[in-house]
Amino acid sequence: MRSIDERISGKRILICAGSGGVGKTTTSAALAMGLAARGQTVAVVTIDPAKRLADSLGLDRLGNEPRLVDPARFAGHGIEMRGELWAMTLDPKHTFDELIEQLAPDERTREEVLGNRIYQELSSAVAGSQEFTAIAKLYELDRSGRFDVLVLDTPPSRNALDFLDAPDRLTNFFEGRALRVFLAPTGLAAKLMGRSTSVVFSVLKRVTGVDLLQDLSVFFRALGGLIDGFRERAAGVKALLADPATTFLIVTSPEREPVEEAIFFAGKLAEAGMPFGGLIVNRVTPDDGLGAEPGDVVAELAPRLGDELAAKVAAAYADARVLAERDAANVRRLRAEVGDDDPLLIPQLGGDVHDVDGLVRVHAHLFGEA
Amino acid sequence: MAAALGALGVRQGRRVVVAEVQQRSDVEHVVTAAGADHVSIDPQAAMEEYLRDQLPGPLAEALAASRAFAYFAAATPGMRELLTAGKIWELAQDERRTPGARPYDLVVVDAPATGHGVAVLAAPRTFADAAMVGPIARQGRIISEMLGDPARTAVVAVTTPEEMPVNETLALRAALAADAGQRPALIVVNALRRLRLTAQEAARLEAEADGHPAVAAALAAHRHAGEQRSQLRRLRRHARGTPTVTLPFTPGEPDVAALARRLEEAVR
Repeated sequence: MRSIDERISGKRILICAGSGGVGKTTTSAALAMGLAARGQTVAVVTIDPAKRLADSLGLDRLGNEPRLVDPARFAGHGIEMRGELWAMTLDPKHTFDELIEQLAPDERTREEVLGNRIYQELSSAVAGSQEFTAIAKLYELDRSGRFDVLVLDTPPSRNALDFLDAPDRLTNFFEGRALRVFLAPTGLAAKLMGRSTSVVFSVLKRVTGVDLLQDLSVFFRALGGLIDGFRERAAGVKALLADPATTFLIVTSPEREPVEEAIFFAGKLAEAGMPFGGLIVNRVTPDDGLGAEPGDVVAELAPRLGDELAAKVAAAYADARVLAERDAANVRRLRAEVGDDDPLLIPQLGGDVHDVDGLVRVHAHLFGEA
Repeated sequence: MAAALGALGVRQGRRVVVAEVQQRSDVEHVVTAAGADHVSIDPQAAMEEYLRDQLPGPLAEALAASRAFAYFAAATPGMRELLTAGKIWELAQDERRTPGARPYDLVVVDAPATGHGVAVLAAPRTFADAAMVGPIARQGRIISEMLGDPARTAVVAVTTPEEMPVNETLALRAALAADAGQRPALIVVNALRRLRLTAQEAARLEAEADGHPAVAAALAAHRHAGEQRSQLRRLRRHARGTPTVTLPFTPGEPDVAALARRLEEAVR
């Protein structure tokens, strides 16, 4: 495809997924910038942008709310902002706290959860909490109605499933037996508070120690007060992910591991019935003009550059050919396995792409203006 | 890289196991081909092992089969990380708790990505602090002492000389110190591109600017290699006191034996 436009027109939510280190954040930001330049009000939610990208967008870690990016930042780069670009960096712990605050039925429950030692010590450390908080935030921003388009840069996760599963896991947790076991009048929570000495309880006590158990039972009991709110939110988030106005873009580089992950993720998307918008392959070594044999290159350049420099150039050229062949093979594999016949290929861009200038260059390739 | 460290251990005549924390299908054969054992740590299995070790048989069976307990374990934040760290500890014991299991001289752990990896290392201490008393607290302390003791546990940070991975490595270094009382023993910088041209040669090629594709490719490679070197310098500047080793870029499949030899030379 020449431009990402055709794949995303009419979409309200763009989710960029893929392995870490493939340029996902830059791609997300460039996409959001392009849509904002075309007149839409766009918010990009990033997870962990490179410091200089964050600085160049005026992002900092404070606030956990989108901020308007000053259009003047792009003026000197040939980008005229007809719409608005908003950007934020997600703070998972903060988002989780906010969610508890919103969903708690009363102040006592809220204080109980937020003040619980287990919650405090473990809520930010748990794998998967980033995934869930990212979509929880997306849901909240979507509901606010303030933006035409939302672009989400997903957390770098080895297991892409964590992301798709997050709402289901949460719903299952609340609808399943787990909490009921704890919350029933004769359930574990009651037993843990010392009214019963079932075998399970006495064994648990022996294995874990009593203090930990009591903290946990308070934690689960307090969470019980949030069940309805959580269930509703998780259902909303799930519906949002499957909405026809949502689309997943898979971002990858042409290297083996990210390619395998992209293929895996595309399969999971299809399995889960989630909308797939297209594949973006970053950092592709272009293969045009690489037809000549390195030996011929030496012969051709030696008279002008001298033998030594010509040999060095030919060696670098030979490396580029190997890389271009590898990339082409990986792109062929992606085409065949992912079900996108026409992925968007973005060449390896020399120089650094973690600044406004880099964004503008990625943007030009994304929207077919390069 | 975990496979290469495993292969290096085997070359040095040690009994080595490479433990994977997230299941991957493509690493096991590389590890076993190098002569090391391979295990994939499954928190659920680790939990059952732990219970069998801690409790008389029937009780352990009752608990392992108890649905309430399974939910309790699955729902407790950080439990998976704790069980993973516990299994790593068990693998490293001279007297293995797993019946019939042989001891190892070296346990190489292929840890999950930065944030989650630190969570695994920090989980025992977090639980020990949360429990304060009782067996979990005691065992949590024992495990966290091992993982936090530079004489017994070395954290090897693996990165590439690019902006984001370098940032992540520096963040890892800070998080390790804050959450797990550790510091990286070594930073391995992988996939460093060759710098073929001198500055003078590059300037000459720039000046010629004849658009020859080979010249353009050589200049692009030169710029990339130069950027990598400035990231490498930044990493070394900020991670002063931690030794770094670079490994050259190879476009194809990594050659584990070659990586192991290179690591051996580098750390000698």
